[in-house]
Amino acid sequence: MNFSEVFKQSNQLCRVSPDGKYLATCVQYRLVVRDVNTLQILHLYTCLDQIVHMEWSSDSLFILCAMYKRGLVQVWSLEQPDWYCKIDEGSIGLVSSRWSPDGRHILNTTEFHLRVTVWSLCTKAVSYIKYPKACQKGIDFSRDGCYMALAERRDCRDYVSVFVCDDWHLLRHFETETQDLAGVEWSPNGCVLAVWDSCLEYKVLLYSLDGRLLSTFSAYEWSLGIKSLAWSPSSQFLAIGSYDGKVRILNHITWKKVTEFDHPASINNTKAVVYKEVERKPVVGSADLSIQQHITMGSTLFNTQSKYEICPLPVQVPVVKPDLDRANPKVGVSSMAFSSDNRYLATKNDNMACVVWVWDMQRLGLLAVLEQTSAVRCFQWDPRRPRLALCTGNAKLYLWSPAGCVSVQVPAEGGFQVQSVTWHCSGDSLILLGKEQLCLCYMEVGEEEEEDDDVK
Amino acid sequence: MPESSLEIKDTSCSSSRYRMSSLRQYSQSSVLPLPMTRNPYTMPTISAFCTEDNVSECISYINREVSSLGFPLLCTESNNGPELNLVAVLNNVYNLLQLHRRCLQTVEDIEVEQVKSNSNMDYLQLSNTRLKDQLELSKRENTGLLERERQLQLKVKSLHNCLKNEKEEVQKLQSIIASRATQYNHDMKRKEREFGKLKERLNQLLIDKKDKKQTFEVLNYVGRSDGKRSLWKTGKTEARHEGEMYKTLLNDYDSRHKDLLMENAELKKVLQQMKRDMVTILSPRKPSQSGEKHDDSLEQTSSEEDEVCDSSRESLELSCEHAREQLTNSIRQQWRRLKSHVERLDSQASLVGERANMNAIPKEVHEEEMDRLKLEIQQYKDFIHTQQQLLQQQLNSPCDDETASLLNDCYMQEEKERLKEDWKSFEEKRKNFEAERRNFTEAAIRLSHERKAFEEDRATWLKHQFLNLTPFGDQMKPQMSKSQSALSGWAESEVRPMSTPAKLNKSLSHTAFSTSRASPAKTPSTADLYRTHRLIPEKSPSTIHPKQDSSILRNDDVPAQLRHVNGGANCRAYTFTGDRIGSI
Repeated sequence: MNFSEVFKQSNQLCRVSPDGKYLATCVQYRLVVRDVNTLQILHLYTCLDQIVHMEWSSDSLFILCAMYKRGLVQVWSLEQPDWYCKIDEGSIGLVSSRWSPDGRHILNTTEFHLRVTVWSLCTKAVSYIKYPKACQKGIDFSRDGCYMALAERRDCRDYVSVFVCDDWHLLRHFETETQDLAGVEWSPNGCVLAVWDSCLEYKVLLYSLDGRLLSTFSAYEWSLGIKSLAWSPSSQFLAIGSYDGKVRILNHITWKKVTEFDHPASINNTKAVVYKEVERKPVVGSADLSIQQHITMGSTLFNTQSKYEICPLPVQVPVVKPDLDRANPKVGVSSMAFSSDNRYLATKNDNMACVVWVWDMQRLGLLAVLEQTSAVRCFQWDPRRPRLALCTGNAKLYLWSPAGCVSVQVPAEGGFQVQSVTWHCSGDSLILLGKEQLCLCYMEVGEEEEEDDDVK
Repeated sequence: MPESSLEIKDTSCSSSRYRMSSLRQYSQSSVLPLPMTRNPYTMPTISAFCTEDNVSECISYINREVSSLGFPLLCTESNNGPELNLVAVLNNVYNLLQLHRRCLQTVEDIEVEQVKSNSNMDYLQLSNTRLKDQLELSKRENTGLLERERQLQLKVKSLHNCLKNEKEEVQKLQSIIASRATQYNHDMKRKEREFGKLKERLNQLLIDKKDKKQTFEVLNYVGRSDGKRSLWKTGKTEARHEGEMYKTLLNDYDSRHKDLLMENAELKKVLQQMKRDMVTILSPRKPSQSGEKHDDSLEQTSSEEDEVCDSSRESLELSCEHAREQLTNSIRQQWRRLKSHVERLDSQASLVGERANMNAIPKEVHEEEMDRLKLEIQQYKDFIHTQQQLLQQQLNSPCDDETASLLNDCYMQEEKERLKEDWKSFEEKRKNFEAERRNFTEAAIRLSHERKAFEEDRATWLKHQFLNLTPFGDQMKPQMSKSQSALSGWAESEVRPMSTPAKLNKSLSHTAFSTSRASPAKTPSTADLYRTHRLIPEKSPSTIHPKQDSSILRNDDVPAQLRHVNGGANCRAYTFTGDRIGSI
């Protein structure tokens, strides 16, 4: 495992182009485009203000930079560095800007969610979509880029509009049986749209592409409901994380519950392996250090080392008692992610912030529990392999694979604290984002065997 | 308590006895307190009662009394008045004495009993008071408990009231919440509507506003990502979109359908295989089950099975409802039979299991095994024996056959290496010895020269001595004596070893010592010698030494000799290894 040098970055704005060739980072009002392999600067663009949002177009030819306070969007071309495009939303304001899947249209949501403006780079045509709903996830494009689902609110009722992204033709428009719609999400095959209600009511509605209601699911009533939702890449499972600390898995044929994953405070599932991160002071030459730690130790003697230990069952997981009197209590499953091969599901329960749970979707049971010393900030699956990277806001990167667990010290100087991790689309490198910095971490081929040696 | 009651009974018994003999009791009881005045029997003197004068009266009185008490009369009426019958008197006296004694006895008994009853009484009184106290206490407790019960009941009542109140409140609150929720929802809707209106208005205003409009600057337009030109929106596009949508949906359903079909086919295959397995498992059992009641049904079903099997095999492709039903039914049937069969086997196994422990079959197996093992042991023993013999042979004739030498190859190798080392040390030693020999020869030559010189000197000296007798010889003397004394001191010490060369052969240490004296400048070589000498006993058995040493010292052509020694050492190595094996 190798690490690149550290680069500056602001607002956590650092994206790899969809084709995996370029790395775009924002430093204040500058946009820097680098080659991913050499990290040499290819282009440098200067925007009119500090960039708040940045996004690659799907064909990796354009980069969109949004400055919400100014209501400005600037688009840069990689092929023609002197080409420019500037969209000024004027006094109507701007809260969100994004590319359409074809990379030739820009969708701007105005302040107060008055409307969505669709700008075309091809024809300079402007279209407006009225009544967009301000919610958790109001817009979702299908994976193939053909359709867009938009949550709407008119006359105190929720509607969903399905647009054809090709020419923004309204394909379907239907009312949903929700009290207060919170989000819409396409299944990866683009045929089923999951719609869920706000946390006040546990309700998931599944609509077919043509607007038919396929099924409704509600686990319980009167209590805070859905917190997160995730489709498996094969569209076979729909995982629903809720405020009661459980994940419910629906199948794609009957849309009934297949199983329920609880996140108990005491783990005594004998099939699960509990990895506990143990911090310790550096001990030079101790035999049980991982190889990575050995490698990194030279440069980071002053940092505390940590390693994973397998805990004998039963294990008590640290639980933080949430303040239920306040809004948005820290309970429930807030983030879930399926591995790219559909085999594993990683979840995090908010009142056990230090723990990541990995579930085996073949066995439909708990597989591994990663207990960290501090709260988990972010976790993401390798897009190619069943490998999970996570960070906890310290100078370490943690990796889990079915064979074991490893913690790697980031050898950057000056207190590089990993706030979030992003995989390169090839799965060969990771982008580690600190508060003001970023650093690339290169995985070595055939290194899985090495990293697994740590816990055996 | 039972004890005390018994005692009470006892006392009552004794009291009844008292009543029976009330008379005697009376007399005794009255007697006891005043023995002097009342008791006539115990009176020491009868003077007060009978005097000389009133004998007859006394007699008559006594007679009367006695008769009244039921004793035989004392007097017999005779002619001359009443006559005292001595025998009767004595009898009466005896009777009275007896009576008296018995009375005393009873008195004692009664006294004891009284004491007992008194103590009983005390005890009873005590227990009585105690029980009274207890009663008092329990009464008090009772009242206390009653009081508490009353209080608790009061509490329960109040709690009930509380509960009722709470329930009411909950209901009230629920209704409040519900009303508030409806109100809130209503307000929300109102607000939202207002919000919508405001939005609309704002939208309108912003559109109408002239000063800061939306702007869009592009250097030049870019082509579509797919390279096509955009199409006009017509009725056709809508139809096209619809078509595409349904196409994707259909594709999805198709793929799903395919998956399901595949899964279904696989499951069916598994079912078929299971069924076949079941049939094969169950069919060989048929003859064994022939005696049992299942037999008829079994055969029937088996024939059915075959039919079903065939039909289902055909219908696998058809997958029609009927075939599926048949398949599942047959599977179910088979399964049921398998289950019952397994259960029966289980029960049989449990029955047989006990018997099986002492069965004849394992015994036979055991015996066979035992025989086999015994045979094996015998074989191994033979093996060991032959090996021992072979070893013995080796020891007796180490070099005679090739096999032994081959076996000893490893030892040879070892020995060779050791010998190489020895060779090296020999070589060193040889060099040293040669050097020393050279020294010796040189020294010998020198000595002979010196001796010659000395002889000459002596001759001259003698001559001088002789001449000294002559008066002019004194002048020559001091010079000559000086030089000769220096020479003679050295020569004398050296002459002795040289004159006895056999001594040199005795031991290395001696020669070393002597050579060191002989040539002090050559000390390093002697040190070497010491070292090699010290090394030799460590490396090889001590018996080799003398020969080696002697061979070196004896022979002038050392390399040839060493070669010979080497071969000899080889031979010896064989014998040594043989020894070693023998000792092992």
